[in-house]
Amino acid sequence: MKPLVSVLIVEPSEIIVEGLRTMLEQAGGYNLLAPMHDASSLEERLPVLRPDMLIVNPTLLDFSSKQQLAALSAARPKMSIVALVYQYIESGVMDNFKYVIDIRQTRSSVLSLLKTAVESTNITLRKENSPVDISDNYELSNREMDVLVLVAKGLSTKEIADKLNISVHTVNSHRKNITHKTGIKSVAGLAVYAMIHNLM
Amino acid sequence: MFSPRMKLADIIAANHNIILLLPRFGIPLGFGEKSVREVCTAAGVPVDFMLLVCNLYTFDDYLPSIEEVSSIDMSLLVPYLKASHIYYTDERLPHIEKHIANIAERMNERTGSIFKQFYADFRREITDHFQSEERNEFPRLIALQQSQRPKGQNKRLSSKSHSNLVDTLNDLTQIVYKYLPGNVMPEETMELVFDILQLSADIQKHALIEEKILEPYVAWLERLQTQVEKEGRQR
Repeated sequence: MKPLVSVLIVEPSEIIVEGLRTMLEQAGGYNLLAPMHDASSLEERLPVLRPDMLIVNPTLLDFSSKQQLAALSAARPKMSIVALVYQYIESGVMDNFKYVIDIRQTRSSVLSLLKTAVESTNITLRKENSPVDISDNYELSNREMDVLVLVAKGLSTKEIADKLNISVHTVNSHRKNITHKTGIKSVAGLAVYAMIHNLM
Repeated sequence: MFSPRMKLADIIAANHNIILLLPRFGIPLGFGEKSVREVCTAAGVPVDFMLLVCNLYTFDDYLPSIEEVSSIDMSLLVPYLKASHIYYTDERLPHIEKHIANIAERMNERTGSIFKQFYADFRREITDHFQSEERNEFPRLIALQQSQRPKGQNKRLSSKSHSNLVDTLNDLTQIVYKYLPGNVMPEETMELVFDILQLSADIQKHALIEEKILEPYVAWLERLQTQVEKEGRQR
């Protein structure tokens, strides 16, 4: 059985919600959570509802939607976020979204876009397609340990990049992996980790 | 959702964490079969306010609107939040520190002292945070509740610092059960993990009350105050 993609729709219009719901139900493979009509308590609810995909009307987000989007991604890192639009929205706001569906799009183009959005970030589907991806290797790599020690010593991302001769982007991706693997976010916590493991 | 006519004992059976809130309201145990309303009346606690807190602690998707909040007698909000601070700083934090000191004593000196230092830094950070709230936001609300124009600018509560505190507690839990040497006092270590998780859950709800109740309520009172002043001038 294919795992269902759990979808949360945040949209004020019931007509739109019902339309989208019917479309997804007919397509199959989606599990629709109870839709929300505004985004005010969205951040708190995400860890409880645990959707794989969030389809949200950007007008419901804060004026500086970038910040709220970052908070939403942080609350549920593996979730893909799709904007649902039917009116003019400033390009500054739209640029924050990687995936956008416009209600004037055809059924097939909406579904194929959602499929792409799911595949790009969703771990369950990837797992299904290539079981070899399920790895038991949760330990930090040597490079990640190098980065961890420098973070623990208080170096900035830029300084670490210069020191290890890698790009800032690579440092950031190592840092993300470190936090993901260890569950530790703070520099002070990473310093304790490094000490306990005799890395410094 | 809990209502005034429910038995307090039933509410606690539904969410045992509420038992920890009772001292913050000054409600003693031994309430028998009394309803929440009866217990609150006897203790001089506005029942709607007590239920607001109990509902927030129990139902993750419950978030009252400002209309709802402003219709409630909120006179105990600041005393309640202060009582929570005292519970954290005078009871929970020293208790956790004792566990940490005991465990650190059995570890090698270097790691033990780093571990203790990490907790000491956290304890200072959270204590400073509470003190800043008690110096700034709380007097501001009290002044507004007494219909006075509070002195100074409104300094908004930082939700970032709340989430930092919770992150640090989470880091501490991870370190304690994943990375400390497993043979060092396993029973005490497990007790410590439960103590930290309990505190972390409590503080998350506490932060929710400050960010989603206290802050909008202060803003609402300020709007009201401005309106009253304007009308006063027009007369």
